[in-house]
Amino acid sequence: MAHIKLPEGLPGIRGPMAFRPETAKPLNELAEVLLRSENSLSRGERELIATFVSSLNNCFFCQNAHGGIAQHYLQCDLQYIDSIKNDYRSSDLSDKLKTLLSIAASVQNGGKQVTTEQIEKAKSLGATDIEIHDTVLIAAAFCMFNRYVDGLGTWAPQDRNIYVERGPRRAAEGYINFDLYKQ
Amino acid sequence: MPHIPLDEKLPGITGILNYRLDTALPIRELTHILLRGNSTLTQGERELIATIVSHGNECKFCTAAHTAAADLLLGEKETTDSIKKDIALSSVSDKMKALLIIAKAVQVSGKNVTSEMIDQAKKAGATDLEIHDTVFIAALFSWYNRMVDGLASVTPTDPAFYSRLATILAEKGYLSSENRYAGLTK
Repeated sequence: MAHIKLPEGLPGIRGPMAFRPETAKPLNELAEVLLRSENSLSRGERELIATFVSSLNNCFFCQNAHGGIAQHYLQCDLQYIDSIKNDYRSSDLSDKLKTLLSIAASVQNGGKQVTTEQIEKAKSLGATDIEIHDTVLIAAAFCMFNRYVDGLGTWAPQDRNIYVERGPRRAAEGYINFDLYKQ
Repeated sequence: MPHIPLDEKLPGITGILNYRLDTALPIRELTHILLRGNSTLTQGERELIATIVSHGNECKFCTAAHTAAADLLLGEKETTDSIKKDIALSSVSDKMKALLIIAKAVQVSGKNVTSEMIDQAKKAGATDLEIHDTVFIAALFSWYNRMVDGLASVTPTDPAFYSRLATILAEKGYLSSENRYAGLTK
């Protein structure tokens, strides 16, 4: 049961968003600009950073909701998403993206954990300043989203396939102007 | 030195927000609603939540900035000092103690918030909206602290810098405005 009385029937972050629409608006605008706006990191790559950080924070709703969207963008299966979460270093992702994921993991652990060596490695692999900035911001933002979702004790459907099935529509509708009440 | 080229005249979060204005816009709006919007928690009380979370994350810039903002809004410095030492023994109300304890739990992980902490807050008179906003502000600063330290932005050592920043935060809030940071650095 959620820690406060939230509108019923809405999973994860949707409950608190319906509870306080005034703060939901900039929150969704933030997700839109970080995860979907024009960027040299693809939407799939950015959703993967979001999924990875949410998994490190052990936030069930966020890692599955964003995992479903990442899976759609990357046209892969659930096992592949799980393999990234468990051991991205052994995956077939580009070295640049692996380094950005390592920076994201450091941010999740604490901003001070990001080292100059990590940044230099990312740059030597072709990461731009904006890509590094955005990786840090996305990783840090999901440390907020995850705490918002879990700190209020929200509920989430446990069947992971539900998130996979919803991925394509979530990807198409984006983070602004979607119907909070439509599943 | 920051990990990416930030404006030298804008230390801490200010240069990061100035680096990409499109991401800064919703961040500023969200912060302004939570810390300066209508609320049954005073602006000073909300700055205390920002302070305790930044302190827990050992983010020197955010801790100094929001301590200075809280001090200015509360008109004294004892409260920020006392909550950092021990919330239970601090001079804030029982309701604020319960909310600060929730904020400290959120700082570590959302999952660390217990039903007992929530019950304690409700018993002390906290509303659902106050609990919601406390969790959200604590989550928001879990983000800010990671942006500031994750990009290795500059942390000024002169206390007067934070007094000047606190005046801006108290008088103008968090939204962008023309010449917002004029007079910030001397």
